Amino acid sequence: MEFGLSLEQRQFDDSLRSFLRDRLPMEQLRALAEPGGGFDEGLWGGLSELGLHGLIVPERFGGAGLGVLDAAVAAEALGYAAAPVPFTGTTVMAPLAFINSATEAQQDEYLPAIAAGEARVAVGFAGLAGQTGTASVTLDGARLTGTVSGVMDAGAATHFLIYLRDGTAALVEASAVTTVSHRSLDRTRPLVDVTFNATAAELLVAANDKLASARRVLDSGRVVLAADTVGAAQTMLDRAVAFAKERVQFGRVIGSFQGVKYVLADCVTMLEPCRGMVWYAAHAQDAMPDEAGLTACHAKAHVADVAREVARMTTETHGGMGFTDLLGLHYWFKRVGFNRQVLGGPERCREEAAALQGWTLHD
Amino acid sequence: MDLSLSEEYQALQAEIRGFIATHGHRSPKVGGGRKRPDRKTLDWQKILLEHGYVGRTIPVEYGGAGKPPDVMEAAVIAAEFARANIYAGLTNQGVSMLVPTLLEVGTEDQKRAYVGPTIRGDIIWCQGYSEPGNGSDLANAQTKAELKDGFWVVNGQKIWTSSAHYADMMFLLCRTEPNAPKHEGLSYLLLSMDSPGIDRRPLKTMTGRSEFNEVFFTDVKVPEQQIVVGRGKGWYVANVTLKHERSMIGNADKVTSRLEQLVRMLSTTEVDGVPLIRQAEFRDRLLRLQGEVIAWKAHNLRLLTEAAQGVDSGVKRMIVKYGGTMLGFRLSSLAVDALGAAGLPFESAGEDAEDDDATTWNIDYMYDVGLMIGGGSNNIQKNIIGERGLDLPREPKVQTATVVGRG
Repeated sequence: MEFGLSLEQRQFDDSLRSFLRDRLPMEQLRALAEPGGGFDEGLWGGLSELGLHGLIVPERFGGAGLGVLDAAVAAEALGYAAAPVPFTGTTVMAPLAFINSATEAQQDEYLPAIAAGEARVAVGFAGLAGQTGTASVTLDGARLTGTVSGVMDAGAATHFLIYLRDGTAALVEASAVTTVSHRSLDRTRPLVDVTFNATAAELLVAANDKLASARRVLDSGRVVLAADTVGAAQTMLDRAVAFAKERVQFGRVIGSFQGVKYVLADCVTMLEPCRGMVWYAAHAQDAMPDEAGLTACHAKAHVADVAREVARMTTETHGGMGFTDLLGLHYWFKRVGFNRQVLGGPERCREEAAALQGWTLHD
Repeated sequence: MDLSLSEEYQALQAEIRGFIATHGHRSPKVGGGRKRPDRKTLDWQKILLEHGYVGRTIPVEYGGAGKPPDVMEAAVIAAEFARANIYAGLTNQGVSMLVPTLLEVGTEDQKRAYVGPTIRGDIIWCQGYSEPGNGSDLANAQTKAELKDGFWVVNGQKIWTSSAHYADMMFLLCRTEPNAPKHEGLSYLLLSMDSPGIDRRPLKTMTGRSEFNEVFFTDVKVPEQQIVVGRGKGWYVANVTLKHERSMIGNADKVTSRLEQLVRMLSTTEVDGVPLIRQAEFRDRLLRLQGEVIAWKAHNLRLLTEAAQGVDSGVKRMIVKYGGTMLGFRLSSLAVDALGAAGLPFESAGEDAEDDDATTWNIDYMYDVGLMIGGGSNNIQKNIIGERGLDLPREPKVQTATVVGRG
């Protein structure tokens, strides 16, 4: 037994973090984030060199063939940098959908393009994830009609992969649909409403149990979002600790006051176990199917709740400056907020965790 | 990442399952245990020792099984006993704190005299640390010991001494070098609780029981060789001991088994004909705790792996006592709430008190508060996490009113 990251995973983490540190100093992050599109060609291209796009695409399709744990490692680094990069949907959920539910021919056609970063597939989970908003789509033959709001990672999408309530996944080209983009609370990632009008779709229905297959994709997406949240909260904590060592009041650095010190001790006590939890849940997606659903629901819910507290307390630690736009701390505060709400908030996730264990309120 | 057990550990797991199937019925009840071990517990301890499930890594010459240290083996054993809800052996202060301390820094004579009898449960120890004026500020201990004619002569008072009312021996932190700086003036002595001049006064706690004591020392004579390591080294030895105490307080098997007990309790307790687990407010609390327990277990797996690799876990380890006691309290809180009014009949005194589930939960619920205070209070833990873990500056020293200069 060995519970931790391998040497290769740590090296990948280091190189990704170092790349993001160089490419996203605060003023650059601000410049990329404010348009709200959640995508930058240069950043996307640079990540290609690190092999990010094909992270979990099987090797025979030009990817690295890694797992959800590797994706969680990457997501934590991206969250730490608040990187405006389509990741959870495009780099994790979409290729998983192809791996789980596509025919060999469909895999041949799309997975190499995904690995190359050329096909960017945004994933809409409609009603399955319990996300609020509109999710009224119907399928007639292979034609999709209706509207799905709040699709993630759709800022520069070439395709949309829309899940219906029965687990059917329908792929359409971005040029064939009507989209309305919203800058979101989290300026580093947009949300897009997509409308279909008898739009021709390619169906991914090769899985034996398409609903179960859809759930696996959803579970992995939730774990990856939880990892992103851990990274975002860790940035806020690191910055609060650094600030507390510099800021002087009453002739002392404020970090020497127990009122400040204890708040930061609380943050690390709550946050550090979340990292192990995310690793465990990610590993469950890769290797422990019996625990995959339950740990994904709990990781998404628990990490969101912890991160909300950490985001509040670390903002408070910065005093008035924390509340301003000047420090840019709010990018991470909002990233935590975004991650909490998409793909089902904590209440929804715990509800699903209860159902998985038969703890339902009504028969 | 590899959570599978290697063949070697699978074999151990199978062996323990076989052992539990054969001998498990002789196990005393799990939980409680805040009293001198009874005959049944001592007999069970003997069986566990014979099979190497306790004292596993303690050398054979001191009464253990002499296996090489292997944190994974320890985790497998703990998990199997927890899973089967079987008593995993004595975890008192002698077994969990003094024995590892002596094995780490004791003399050959000390190890031979105390390790075996302690792990068998024949010698029960208490810890002489806190004083009325020095609780969190442990290094400021004022109980003094002077060396006269081959004996340490001890005078002073200790407080919060758990189990002193039935203990045979004490490990004592006292001041032997009054002129040395605070941390360098302490020594660590081992003494018999039957020594003339010791006065133990049980201190009744909020649980209604006497889990703690005040202990008074008046010219108590302790043979000179009963010192651990040496004069002025008490702070060092105390920290060796505390390291073991804090890890004892934060283990994940306890919160795991509590969660399982809660699931059973909420599934079987009905109000208005509906099990509590089907009532939204209770179920939500259970689910939130389940999430926390999953995180805590994963965190412990991480620490376990790092310990096996010889890595210093730093702040990850420092949060264990604080985080673990708080989670324990949230779990016992849900238990007493599920018991509700029907759990309020409470007679905690007497040997049989812990036979009643509701009473045991209510004792645990209050005792959890004690655990937050003991072993370095949680506020002190937060200082440690902040100062040693996050490298935040220490609180400035307060200037005390002493006369300096002009000698």
